[in-house]
Amino acid sequence: MLMINILGAVLITAIIYWFWLYKPKQIETDNNTATIVVDNGVYQPANIKVAADKKVELTFDRKDSAPCAETVVFPQLDISKSLAMGDDNKITLPALKAGEYVFHCQMQMYKGTLIAK
Amino acid sequence: MNSSKSTELNFIIEGANCSSCVAKIEKALKNVQGTNNAEMNFAERTVRVEGSAEQNMLVKAVEDIGYGAKPMGNKSDQDALDEKAKSDNAHYKKLIRNMMLALGVGVPLMVYGLIFDMSVTTTTQRIAWFAVGIVTLVVMTVSGKHFYNGAWQGFKNHSANMDTLIALGTGTAWLYSMFVVIAPSLLPEVARHVYFEASSMIIGLISLGLAFEIKARGRTSQAIKRLIGLQAKTARVVRQGQEQDIDISDVQINDNVRVRPGEKIPVDGNVLEGSSRVDESMLTGEPMPVSKQAGDKVVAGSINKSGTLLFEATHVGHETTLANIINMVKRAQNSKPSIGRLADVVSGIFVPTVMIIAVLAALAWLNFGPEPSIAYAVVALTTVLIIACPCALGLATPMSVMVGVGKAAESGILIRNGESLQTTSKITTMILDKTGTITQGKPQVTDVVTFNNADESNVMLLVASLESGSEHPLADAITQYAEKQSLKLSKVTDFEAITGKGVSGTVNEQTLLFGNKALMDKYEIAVDEAAERAQGFAKDAKTPMYLASNNQLTALIAVADPIKEDSAEAIKRLQNKGIHIVMLTGDNQATAHAVAKKVGINDFIAEVLPEDKVNEVTKRQQQGEVVGMTGDGINDAPALATADVGFAIGTGTDVAIESADVTLMRGSLHGLADAIAISSATIGNIKQNLFGAFIYNVAGIPLAAGVLYPFFGLLLNPVVAGAAMALSSLTVVTNANRLRFFKPNKS
Repeated sequence: MLMINILGAVLITAIIYWFWLYKPKQIETDNNTATIVVDNGVYQPANIKVAADKKVELTFDRKDSAPCAETVVFPQLDISKSLAMGDDNKITLPALKAGEYVFHCQMQMYKGTLIAK
Repeated sequence: MNSSKSTELNFIIEGANCSSCVAKIEKALKNVQGTNNAEMNFAERTVRVEGSAEQNMLVKAVEDIGYGAKPMGNKSDQDALDEKAKSDNAHYKKLIRNMMLALGVGVPLMVYGLIFDMSVTTTTQRIAWFAVGIVTLVVMTVSGKHFYNGAWQGFKNHSANMDTLIALGTGTAWLYSMFVVIAPSLLPEVARHVYFEASSMIIGLISLGLAFEIKARGRTSQAIKRLIGLQAKTARVVRQGQEQDIDISDVQINDNVRVRPGEKIPVDGNVLEGSSRVDESMLTGEPMPVSKQAGDKVVAGSINKSGTLLFEATHVGHETTLANIINMVKRAQNSKPSIGRLADVVSGIFVPTVMIIAVLAALAWLNFGPEPSIAYAVVALTTVLIIACPCALGLATPMSVMVGVGKAAESGILIRNGESLQTTSKITTMILDKTGTITQGKPQVTDVVTFNNADESNVMLLVASLESGSEHPLADAITQYAEKQSLKLSKVTDFEAITGKGVSGTVNEQTLLFGNKALMDKYEIAVDEAAERAQGFAKDAKTPMYLASNNQLTALIAVADPIKEDSAEAIKRLQNKGIHIVMLTGDNQATAHAVAKKVGINDFIAEVLPEDKVNEVTKRQQQGEVVGMTGDGINDAPALATADVGFAIGTGTDVAIESADVTLMRGSLHGLADAIAISSATIGNIKQNLFGAFIYNVAGIPLAAGVLYPFFGLLLNPVVAGAAMALSSLTVVTNANRLRFFKPNKS
């Protein structure tokens, strides 16, 4: 029984580490443009470094027809857009001040972050 | 404010075969007035132009240097809609197929489980159940592929989503069952029970729920679909004397467009010839058709009723009023009011939290549960994972906003975003500008009284000449009066507008002052002899204006601005909602009093200078009121911006969209009462949704974990959890759809 309880505790620690504490790798962008694939419940890439004080151009390539994938929201910027299937979804963001900007679907299942530096 | 008209246009370039063309084309485009930037992608032969330059000018610029340019990319709203409907439909069919396969296997298994015992004792049973296990695995990988894929991709990316929960729940049930089949001896006899039916049933039920949800979601966007559907596909233009039907996207500004009775007006324009009645109700919510003749504006999407009209296109493509409305509604529908913020925070950490709760529940069963504790632990783990539903929480706000904003748009009320919607529902004080809001804003001259032997027609000539350069609404009344009397106006020199007071200038060598009493006081002109008449006018809600010629009072002219027919009724509606109404006006005390009395307002402030409107808004805010300000959106812009919610009220379609938090397309104040009613209903709907979704999870998760077991011996079946989960998000979307049938109370 002790073993099982220890196993349970390890599992919980693993969940906390894996989903909350782990800092994912950041993808560098070329010229502040990036293409993000929307498929299978994730944005790929999801953590994108951009240069601050410069316009950012994102293209969303939606491959998942589930309605969850339809809307992308940038809550701090008050920007949101319905994504059509395919890669014809360009979003131009205004020049960002240094900081982190999240983007996600309406239900926050798809999640991503822009890191402006 | 519509701060910049800067847009982005994309073109396909034809005939560019060398990379040196790039610089040439870019340069030609940059030289077009209004272009901020032009960048060509040589590999794709496309060019992107930023700025406010006209599309046809850009095409011409490229053609002038010997290449071709074709506008591209700007997919029409209708195309996008059709595409979405197609993809939604395909997804729906896929879900239904998945559901049929999963339930096709799951239901017979479940029925078997209800009649017989699904436990594994004999070798024959082991073989039979092993076969069922493999079939279930096939069902899971075919019907539930999306969930497992999503869960795995999410896991790799350190993100957990709804798929994670479903995959873990159904996976646990399957793995445990397979373990029972393969190594029953490792488990106590009572625990040798299989749960293959749960995995299939859960996948089937959730797919069914998602399929229904797609259909229900489709209905939430009905309003925007209707707006997009208003756009005509072709237009009949008259070019070189020839009528031709052309695609709507080929209509150019200044084209002459003809519309026959019963046809949709394809683009915005000014009527050149003909007269007709036009139904603008889809855009403005104004039920009565509006009569149109030469000089009047017509807007795309309205329907020509009775006569044939010829008009000159003024706004085409994405610049039309209809396109602006569609754009604004789309944007607003995607934005969230802050009331949904808590749900956002919760759904952000929801899935891992549920996973932890599931592990804790399983541990509790293993430690303290009765035998077979391992089976109970597996059931509790699976059920917690499956019943938890972040979707309901996440959908609660956006679905209602979608329907509410659309509903408002159908009544000619454009709400800028979710936050405006929420604040509108909380307004406690509504400040109304008098002119153009409560009244028609089109004053008429009602009385002319002369003094010091002045001649009436001469007086009117002087005043009309003086006012001909002024843009004040009262000036219109004077000029119109003069036009009716066919007076020939004289030239004005030294014209000066004195804010809040009136105007001065020289006409026919007479120095004139024309304005309110404050103006006369400023120049110390005696007006005592007009005092009585002025008071009389003011009592009748007429604005007395004084004319002084060479520093001597010559006339008192009364101008009245008729009160809109339904103002009093609409104000009553607002008051019935417990909203305190304040009227502001630049007019004098007596006129203000008369109008206020007629429409049933007790709190009014007269002789307010434009800059004082802002102070009045701030003052009320400091008293703790949530202040709405309603005005024409142009003169009142600062006050509208200062108020918690600014309402711009227009007459017909002649209103600057986006100039305020809420734009009322029709002139009636009923629009204001409707806006507040719809906002309150929407926020109420969101609250129901959020409450329902929270309660569902807060009650469902412990129930699934088995908190009731010690007291009632009750433990939820994983299949029931699957059904509950599928229903919960469907309920939220359905509840949001109820808003579509909301009708504001007209009293």
